Amino acid sequence: MPQAAIENKKYFSAYKLLAKTREDKDPAWLNNLREKAGERFEQLDFPTTRDEEWKYTNVTPILKAPYRQILELDPKELTADLMMPFTFEESRRSQLVFINGLFSDELSNLSNLPEGIKVSNFTAALTDHVKVFSNHLAAYADFHSDAFTALNTAHIGDGAFVYIPDGKIVETPIHLLFIATAAEPLASHPRVLIVAGEGAIATVTESYASPGEEVYFTNAVTEVFAAKGSVITHYRLQEESERAFHIGTTRVFQERDSNYSSYAISLGGEIVRHNLIVELSDEHIETTIDGLYVVTGRQHVDNHTSIDHQKPHCTSHQLYKGILDGKSRAVFNGKIFVREGALLTDAHQLNKNLLLSGNAIVDTKPQLEIFADDVKCSHGATVGQLEEEELFYISTRGINPERARAMLTYGFAEDVIRKIKLRSVREQLDKRVLDKLHQSLEID
Amino acid sequence: MLKIRNLRATVKGKEILKGLNLTVNAGEIHAIMGPNGSGKSTLAKVLAGHPDYEVTQGEVIYQGKNLLEIDPDERAREGVFLAFQYPIEIPGVSNANFLRMAYNEKAKHDGRDELDPLEFDDLIREKMKIVEMDTSFINRGVNEGFSGGEKKRNEILQMAVLEPRLAVLDETDSGLDIDAMRIVANGISKLAHKDNAIILVTHYQRLLNYIEPDSVHVLYQGQIVKSGGKELAQELEQKGYDWIKAA
Repeated sequence: MPQAAIENKKYFSAYKLLAKTREDKDPAWLNNLREKAGERFEQLDFPTTRDEEWKYTNVTPILKAPYRQILELDPKELTADLMMPFTFEESRRSQLVFINGLFSDELSNLSNLPEGIKVSNFTAALTDHVKVFSNHLAAYADFHSDAFTALNTAHIGDGAFVYIPDGKIVETPIHLLFIATAAEPLASHPRVLIVAGEGAIATVTESYASPGEEVYFTNAVTEVFAAKGSVITHYRLQEESERAFHIGTTRVFQERDSNYSSYAISLGGEIVRHNLIVELSDEHIETTIDGLYVVTGRQHVDNHTSIDHQKPHCTSHQLYKGILDGKSRAVFNGKIFVREGALLTDAHQLNKNLLLSGNAIVDTKPQLEIFADDVKCSHGATVGQLEEEELFYISTRGINPERARAMLTYGFAEDVIRKIKLRSVREQLDKRVLDKLHQSLEID
Repeated sequence: MLKIRNLRATVKGKEILKGLNLTVNAGEIHAIMGPNGSGKSTLAKVLAGHPDYEVTQGEVIYQGKNLLEIDPDERAREGVFLAFQYPIEIPGVSNANFLRMAYNEKAKHDGRDELDPLEFDDLIREKMKIVEMDTSFINRGVNEGFSGGEKKRNEILQMAVLEPRLAVLDETDSGLDIDAMRIVANGISKLAHKDNAIILVTHYQRLLNYIEPDSVHVLYQGQIVKSGGKELAQELEQKGYDWIKAA
């Protein structure tokens, strides 16, 4: 391993300390999992731009900061008032809050969840639902091939656990809020496990936010298991400090007849990467993965997605849209696999980008790999600017050019935002997208 | 209301309008007809202020002001309206939001009260009756996924909401079936009154079966070569444009 890489790694050795503090509290399997992941992390290199999957995203700046890591929560870190703008009306009494990666009992509120639904931190999951928890934790997010996932797994301490048992329906949307407040570079490794039993229905919002503009590093891993016939709607909102580094991996495993919808929104950060990998393991599965990213200045956002059709009669839809301003850069890499025998697969993928500046760059690569006959697949990508004809049309209705631009930009983003069923999430996004682009529009 | 004198205009370096003269008074409906490429759409776009069209000579006086010096959005607030031949889609922005913003910009300009979403909803529902549009169009993206006929009706709806003083309708009849043609024509007729003026730009005479113009002008090679009453349109219908070209 090159010297630089070894240097980098010393900033990420807190898991060893964490392992010691948890050793006596946690069951052997969990200690073991952490240890294995830690060992693997030691062996793996962080990816470089020589790796095909990281060709356009250089993680070196992320690894340079001397991160500190907090193992004990300081309850004074965050007040309810400061947290308020990042919460959602529909989920005020069904939210789990993590500050700098640590669970806050005080700010969490679960009073509006129906009987039998389990939403808790990992510590509670270990006492109440250890079987489900241990069966699914680290079952989907493979830590053997990816240094970031290995690092996260070595750090598993107090993550968010959502368990909807067979046949249960939760109408109240559940919110998992990860908030960073540090005044100095901090690293946190949020971990989420969502398990939907057979026929269960739930909506989960997972959000990463920060009231400040500090440098910090979030290395998140989320696993979702959708059992037979379950329906999961998953919103992932990344709206962190403009200077934050964020690497996130979401691994989804779907069983027969299940329906999983993901809406991944990325609005902040200096370098942001999200890997979303969905496995359609059986027949008659439906998957929707939509995304929106908005970058300005010198920000960099990279979305890597993979949809793996393994069996016949499954449908997947993907629409990722990006708005770029300043000297920002976006990367989209979307793979769709249609495995041998996955007949009558219906898979559609589209990536559309809007450049508001001549200095922004997009690298987009939609990929289809089909090994089955009789399938209906499409994919495509566009990169464009605001059209002069569109601006002219709007101005002939008495709307000034600045507003006309805001309207078209808003409309572009709204294509994804309007699919979000939670009103307060939608409204917050409408506002933040325009704010971020220094535009405004009176719209209801 | 509108005086165009010796107007010359180019697009991408090519001269299209070559000394056009036209006077339109309040309360009048004018039809501008002509073969393809004669400059009809160019005239419409110049009046609305399209940035690709450069006026090289002449003047356009609207309500005593030099129209050519006014930006397109300001022209609209001053009461000029262009119904597009090919209306643009604005996905993600609902018809209601779009029209309310446009309406309020004009209201502000005129010193009238702006409308909130509820008040505007009443207004737009009333106006939709003029073009027999289903209210489901209120919350759809502007022209998003509309058929050709629906887009044209939506243009007339916008005209109904914005109540322009001078409306230029560019080939609003093209691509309409008989039912849509009747609806659009009736809508336009209802919106015409003594204080506004309408310029119908059209290739065919058929729209004029429903709307009776006060004047018909034939535009050919960038100039108005013949003007007359509604009977001129019928003459054109019978003889075609070759008759003009030969003259």
